[in-house]
Amino acid sequence: MTQSDFVHIVMPLKDKVFRLAKRLLVSREEAEDATQEIFVKLWNNKQKMAEYKNIEAFSMTMTKNFCLDRLKSKQAQNLKIVHSNYQDHNVALQREVEVRDSMSWVSKIMEELPEQQQIIIQLRDIEGYEFSEIAKVVDMNETAIRVALSRARKTIREKLTHTHSYGIK
Amino acid sequence: MVLNSIERLLEKYDNGETSLREEAQLKAYFAQEDVPPHLESYKVMFQYFDATKQEQFTKDVPLKPKKYQLYRWISVAAVAVLMVSVYLLTDTKQGLESLSHDELMAYNQTVEALNLVSTKFNKGASSLNALSLVSQNLEKGVESMNYVGEFSETTNKIFNLSN
Repeated sequence: MTQSDFVHIVMPLKDKVFRLAKRLLVSREEAEDATQEIFVKLWNNKQKMAEYKNIEAFSMTMTKNFCLDRLKSKQAQNLKIVHSNYQDHNVALQREVEVRDSMSWVSKIMEELPEQQQIIIQLRDIEGYEFSEIAKVVDMNETAIRVALSRARKTIREKLTHTHSYGIK
Repeated sequence: MVLNSIERLLEKYDNGETSLREEAQLKAYFAQEDVPPHLESYKVMFQYFDATKQEQFTKDVPLKPKKYQLYRWISVAAVAVLMVSVYLLTDTKQGLESLSHDELMAYNQTVEALNLVSTKFNKGASSLNALSLVSQNLEKGVESMNYVGEFSETTNKIFNLSN
């Protein structure tokens, strides 16, 4: 794979890689660092990349593994990732603010999901991947993915209605 | 779209059975402003998904060509070449111990021959001393010749007087 191939095939994935990294690592800075490191790794492996049939699935799998490793090492060091990009939830005066507020609730709820479910929701509902593509990334069969997805969607909505009726409103 | 069909789709959606096309329909439906209150939580979800997809990676990706590794090895090779050449140079300056028997013989013979030449040369130089002795005597002879000159002068005077 030449340099221009890399720029045309792999570089457009940078937003998807970044969003998946941010989903798992939460902090924007962490996700940016992770994305940079993942692309350096992909770049160093670009000779082998041509052999892979599905470069997108390969890149996303690598992202998933990289972020999970990073989370594991953070836990091992007993360190918490510092989130600096939380929004202030106190001002909910206008409707627009309110909508944004409930959207940040979705993001908070999703943080509490198991990592596997976070990845599946991210790939399906945000990036719009087919089940067959998700199967390659998370290494699960399609039925298991559907079950996890259904569980995740129900959890999010349940917690969302909960906060809507008791939390904010 | 009829509310009924939306609700049916949502049920499928909750069970993870919708296709991407059906999910796109749902997304389009919840992108509009007004939805029934009992579907509000879906609306928040779909709007969140939509908004999240807009997020982009804005930093640069630092991609360097892999050439620097080659340069590193070139410096290692240069140092190796330098060391080898220094070793070879010092090797030629080594003493007699490293010579073989034949070489040692040849060396000794050369030394002997050169010694012979130098003794002959010294002998020649010492025979030159005789020559310097001769020249000394010659000078003495010349001096005594001066006496002869003196004598002849006085005899000439005597001859002049007698004439």
